[in-house]
Amino acid sequence: MLRYTTNRILLMIPTLIGVAVLVFFLLRIVPGDIVEVKLRGDGGSVSQETIEMERKRLGLDRPLVTQFGEWMVGMATLDFGKSMWTERPVMEEIAIRLELSLQVALMATFIAVLIAIPLGTLAALFRDSWIDYLMRVITIGGLSIPSFWLGMMIMLTLLALFNWLPPITFTPIYVDPIANLTQLIWPAMAVGYRYCAVTARMIRSSLLEVLNEDYIRTARAKGVFEKLVITRHALRNALLPAITVIGLEFAFLIGGLVVTEQVFNLNGIGMLFVQSVSRNDFTLIQGMVMLIAAFYVFVNLAVDLLYAVFDPRIRYGTP
Amino acid sequence: MTIAVPTAPAPAIRQPSAIMDFCRQQPLGAVSFVIIFVMMFAGVFSGLVAPHDPLRIDFGSILARPSAEHWFGTDAFGRDILSRIIFGSRTALVIGFTASFVGSTLGAILGVASAYFGGKIDDWIQRFVDVLLAFPIIVLALVVVAAFRKFPVGGIDVNLIIAIAIPILPRVERVVRAAAFSVRVMPYVDAARAAGYSHTRIIFRHMAPNVVAPYLIMLTAFIAQAILAEASLSFLGLGVTEPTAAWGLMLSGNATDFYREAPWMILFPGAAISLAVFAFNLFGDSLRDYLDPRFRI
Repeated sequence: MLRYTTNRILLMIPTLIGVAVLVFFLLRIVPGDIVEVKLRGDGGSVSQETIEMERKRLGLDRPLVTQFGEWMVGMATLDFGKSMWTERPVMEEIAIRLELSLQVALMATFIAVLIAIPLGTLAALFRDSWIDYLMRVITIGGLSIPSFWLGMMIMLTLLALFNWLPPITFTPIYVDPIANLTQLIWPAMAVGYRYCAVTARMIRSSLLEVLNEDYIRTARAKGVFEKLVITRHALRNALLPAITVIGLEFAFLIGGLVVTEQVFNLNGIGMLFVQSVSRNDFTLIQGMVMLIAAFYVFVNLAVDLLYAVFDPRIRYGTP
Repeated sequence: MTIAVPTAPAPAIRQPSAIMDFCRQQPLGAVSFVIIFVMMFAGVFSGLVAPHDPLRIDFGSILARPSAEHWFGTDAFGRDILSRIIFGSRTALVIGFTASFVGSTLGAILGVASAYFGGKIDDWIQRFVDVLLAFPIIVLALVVVAAFRKFPVGGIDVNLIIAIAIPILPRVERVVRAAAFSVRVMPYVDAARAAGYSHTRIIFRHMAPNVVAPYLIMLTAFIAQAILAEASLSFLGLGVTEPTAAWGLMLSGNATDFYREAPWMILFPGAAISLAVFAFNLFGDSLRDYLDPRFRI
């Protein structure tokens, strides 16, 4: 187990270095940077000298390799540099917005998993019946409806039914739980639908696979109640692949938040990412990309380790 | 002298009887096929189908309610929403199909090559794919947009297509590589190598035709993802730009300011995105069940 764990951890390093190289050089292949957006953004004319001076001040005039080296060395000590736009440390910019996004993500996960398990199980048990078809339409709907539009629709519905819109200022949950939840439950629902759909589909297909196994037939043959066959024998094994999907989709919730936070006007990680892209804020984009990639890689690791704990075949490396 | 090397016949999906067979076996797939067909028709013949000019600004009828004249109402510039949706289907299809095609094809080639060569080359390609896989589609697309957006090319934004194709590539690569591994060990590949054929020829002529099923399934599924990504990027103001008619764009900007007074401004374009993506997803799903019931994405 220890060897497996170390192996998996060592495999993460090249991936993260690859991400760093990719994002750093990708952003700099094409000439043009934040200075132009910053100084010429609103159409004002600024002399070339001023631009060069600003560029020099931000360190953008030095060779790429030097800049890259400095960035990597900084990261090794958890220093991600300063945002080129606000000039505040990247970590600080991210930290103040993380709480909100993380809470929405956790709430979305909770709602999604709670609905996905019964939905996927029912679809598998009543395979090819109208229940299965209905669940297929519902889940493909979840993969198809853009979360930002779903968010708008939720707001329109609230407006039409109660003539009320969720508050737009963020209150931490430990200050006022009611105000906090009435604001964040809606974006959580908007991004959670897709999440729920993906998970339910996975549960359905893995449960169908498990139900064909010999031990299910054995359990039925020895007269175990059907309810117990499903909950104890089948579902327990079918949930393992579902855990992978739940984990990876959690790491990828940021993709939904990028657009949904715009709709609900939430100042979270997604909003920050879009802002930094439209401002060409290289350091902030880099910092956030590294954070997202690192999070994904860690969730991946956690899922793999969890798998190994449950399934000894993986641990001992038998093919 | 040429040596005849047996290759598996391409899957018979072009025959008319196969289409009928598909519709019978996959009723949901047939429904989605109809939706896709209608959308393609609207996209190709936009000019004939649309009741109004999608770009014509009419300050006389700003934010008009849906009526006989404007079925889906008008937007803040008095432009006809139905016409913009019809022209938007062209934008969505062109970008969705091209991005998915480019991404899936490059991914498939890389996947087959990775499985064929194996060893070091496979390792390197997999490390590269791992890097690309560490991002959600929209996040990677945004990074590429940030990198390339200073050079818009022509009417269709080539950068946008590249930005959407890149995140698709690794996802297709993974699936096709797995399928190609089982082709790699087939005797006909050994035979082709023994006959002294070049790597390129073996990859394209002998292995690629046998991974067509997963390739097609991924291609259709990713058209859906690409349309969704285009809509999201345009919504964020980083994709298709005004005044081009694009569904995501119709939901951004002043649509969000006026949605209290004019809910039709967001209702119909969003429904168009959902329906189109839904149809392609359902079609991909049914195609998968039809071509290869055991295959899971």
